[in-house]
Amino acid sequence: MSLAVDDLQVYYRTLRGDVRAVDGVTFDIADGEIMGLAGESGCGKSSLGNSLVYLTGRMKYVGGTVDLDGTKLPIWDFEAMNEHRFRHISVIPQYAMSALNPTRKIGAMTADLVGSRGVPYKHVAGEFIRRLELVGLSKDVLGMYPIELSGGMKQRAVMVVSTLLDPSLLIADEITSALDVSTQKAVAEMLVEFRDRGFVKSMVVITHDISILYQVADTILVMYAGHLVEKAPADVIIGAPSHPYTRLLISSLPEVGVRYTERRLHGIPGTPPPLLAPPEGCRFRDRCPLASAKCVKRPPFRELEPGHHVACWEVGG
Amino acid sequence: MLRYLLRKLLIYALTFVAAVTIDWGIPHLMPGNPVLTLMGRIQIQNPQVAQHVYANYMRSFNLDLPLWKQYYYFWVSLVHGDLGTSILQFPSPVSSIILHAVPYTLGLLIPATLLSWYVGNKLGALAARRKVLDNTLLPFGYLLTATPYMWLAILMSFLFAVTWQVLPVGFAYDPTAVQGWTWTFGLDLLRHWVLPFLSLFLVACGGWAIGMRNLIIYELESDYAHYLESLGAPRKLVRKYAFRNALLPQITGLALALGAVIAGALVTEIVFSYPGLGYQIYRAITNEDYFVIQGIFLFIIVGVLIANFVVDIVYMIVDPRTRIGMQEGGQA
Amino acid sequence: MSVPDRVSTTTVGDDLRIGAAVPPAPADEAKPVSGLRETLYFAVRNKKLIFGLGVTLSMLAIAIVGPYIARHPPLDYGGQLSVPPTTRDGYWLGTTLLGQDVFAQFVTGLRMAFVVGAIGGGIAAIIGMVVGFTAGYRGGIVDELLNMVTNVVLVIPTFALLLVIAAYLQVRGIMTEAIFIGLTSWPWAARAVRAQTFSLTSRDFVSLARLSGSSSRQIIFREIAPNMSSYLFMMFILLFGGAILIAATLDFIGLGPSNTISLGMMMQLSVQNAALQLHLWWWFLPPGLAIMAIVGSLYVMNVGLDEVFNPRLRSM
Repeated sequence: MSLAVDDLQVYYRTLRGDVRAVDGVTFDIADGEIMGLAGESGCGKSSLGNSLVYLTGRMKYVGGTVDLDGTKLPIWDFEAMNEHRFRHISVIPQYAMSALNPTRKIGAMTADLVGSRGVPYKHVAGEFIRRLELVGLSKDVLGMYPIELSGGMKQRAVMVVSTLLDPSLLIADEITSALDVSTQKAVAEMLVEFRDRGFVKSMVVITHDISILYQVADTILVMYAGHLVEKAPADVIIGAPSHPYTRLLISSLPEVGVRYTERRLHGIPGTPPPLLAPPEGCRFRDRCPLASAKCVKRPPFRELEPGHHVACWEVGG
Repeated sequence: MLRYLLRKLLIYALTFVAAVTIDWGIPHLMPGNPVLTLMGRIQIQNPQVAQHVYANYMRSFNLDLPLWKQYYYFWVSLVHGDLGTSILQFPSPVSSIILHAVPYTLGLLIPATLLSWYVGNKLGALAARRKVLDNTLLPFGYLLTATPYMWLAILMSFLFAVTWQVLPVGFAYDPTAVQGWTWTFGLDLLRHWVLPFLSLFLVACGGWAIGMRNLIIYELESDYAHYLESLGAPRKLVRKYAFRNALLPQITGLALALGAVIAGALVTEIVFSYPGLGYQIYRAITNEDYFVIQGIFLFIIVGVLIANFVVDIVYMIVDPRTRIGMQEGGQA
Repeated sequence: MSVPDRVSTTTVGDDLRIGAAVPPAPADEAKPVSGLRETLYFAVRNKKLIFGLGVTLSMLAIAIVGPYIARHPPLDYGGQLSVPPTTRDGYWLGTTLLGQDVFAQFVTGLRMAFVVGAIGGGIAAIIGMVVGFTAGYRGGIVDELLNMVTNVVLVIPTFALLLVIAAYLQVRGIMTEAIFIGLTSWPWAARAVRAQTFSLTSRDFVSLARLSGSSSRQIIFREIAPNMSSYLFMMFILLFGGAILIAATLDFIGLGPSNTISLGMMMQLSVQNAALQLHLWWWFLPPGLAIMAIVGSLYVMNVGLDEVFNPRLRSM
């Protein structure tokens, strides 16, 4: 599979104007790649991920193209996108624990869903049960109502349902955020397993928790205030980040085994700019230690080395 | 599941006891000797009738006995189905008056309630779907639900019966008609039934439609609806789920609305002189026929309790969450 | 018939995921707007609210001013019998079968309606709030008990109850009627308040208040109630409308106030005196129309208020 996003702009309509949540974003995802999409709350990562599948009421498409496996995705057209949803591109939502209809048994709901997409349930029933067992759910789950399952069980069920038709691309939106650490690890490993077994070709894993991405992602894309900041293989981002924001982010992470009586934990001073009336040029310049007069002009998202993109004037000579 | 039902039964039992107690207690709240006050108000000419009435009152009030004994005897006569005797329609016992009136009231109530619920919900769902329909149906719905039942009855009677004279003005059937199980008589009954039924139906319909429309909009914004949509499910499926889920609070609402609909039925009967409980209550009030009033009150209470229980059972069957342990979905 | 469950129970929105959560920077386009001003901004632009409020206030104006400009006392038998609306002698809405001034009765009835609505609705609102807040905040055994009481009162068809009580009272005033209505229509309000209180109590700001040592009363009044104020106000409006309807029904059956006239009583008297058959439309049409107008506009106003208070419902 291949995903090519070119200069994508998706804004939110509000009464005070447009919130420019995704403001000119360009990147690629290769076949079999698990790409982590990281950034702080409000940076636009959820909006970016979701805009590829489903524009909610307040979101509006402003410009750019999304190319999946050679086909342009008509993300501005709700009805036309239906063709692609679930089959080619799917999503595990942030609200996965409440995503199941409370008055319908899991099995019945799934049957309704796949049936409505033109796939007779009996074609996928066997595979469905196999995958449920793979994530640790017995086939009794099919006859249960969501209220009979724990939060974690519901999440795993949603993971299986979302990938049942083997989509090319899966968007996993903050699926570990509401879980405890050991379950987080288990869920993250399940994601990799899905990719390894070919249930899904590629993935976008959205999270604000970089440590998860380190376990799971092949590459990490860092986003800040609606702009892309850096994209590189995971170990490069963690071990040798280039962009000042990424570097400050990584260095502000606590390390296991280090005691902080000598060294203080630094955050990044300041707050992200408002996306309602964002400043010109690089959006990080107000907080960036390397900022200069050049930064009034928005730096392009350039490829430093193969597979490593950075948007900063000070990086890469 | 059993816990849910038992809980409900307990409430109904308590309510029944409370109602009976109130029913028994009200006359005692009047100052002075209630029987003499009542007799003074009624001013019965016929001494024989007066004797009977006095005996009746004394029996039911048992004023020479201690209070708790009076209460006890009240329950005893209740259990025996003895609700006293009517003063106005002496010597008819209250229970027979009620039994003769009930079929007419039920004949209005049951179709009107069920049909308005069904049609109102469907219309509300329709309005939630299309903006155009929403803009026309909604204000109409609000108007209807704000209309007092008796006024719509008056309006319909005035228009259809008095002015245009297409339907009869009152009563359940033509007094000169031959009664019996014939088609003509059946048709006659039907003609007399239409207007009261319609006025009940229309007002109730408005309320259900508005409620359903709001509930469906709420359901369509829920997480499960969004999830289905993001997986490309067609609108039809999402709407089907939303409708089914929105029906649940409407079922509960049925039990809650019952009181209002009964009040509506009673006043509608008055306008059309339809010989149901409403009509009897009206006559009883105007003529201070207290036993009838008390008897009908108790009867209504029992009816409402039974109806509530039926609705609770239906709800339990329909909402899987109650079977599993939560109480009425969402209202823990 | 009131529409209790139809009140939407959305809480104040925390809906938009991005951007709007960030406070607007002091730039030229984004003016800082205070909470009250923002509410007013939406309020005056909401057609339903304006329309509903307009109609209600007009009716209120008529109710206040009317009895002063009416030429004849409402219960006076002075006029000619069954006269249609005319400009002569101030019988603007004509006379009844018994020669009473319909206009005078109408405006008096309007006053009664507003009084019953305010007092009956107010009492029901107060009881409902007290019961609901206590049950929702305390929880546990207090909640169970209050719940049971609420359910019992809820199930009893209030109308039937009022029937029996009112039938035994010799002299009934408008106040008694209003009080009784208030005493019997609070259950659904209590339930709604309880549900809202539950969801608010579990939020952090209440835990904070508890930790800082505020008493229960303080917490309820200072933390919880203000957050629900819009909801409570809308609830009061529904109770107001409901009280008017119940009063009209009671009056129609013959249990209205014995010393004055009301809209429901006008309808009752007209039906009793065969006004329908005699085509005295000016006698029985205005009362019901007035009730429909007041209650209907109250409901519409409520929908408008809901949109103003809940950002989620606002159309863009």
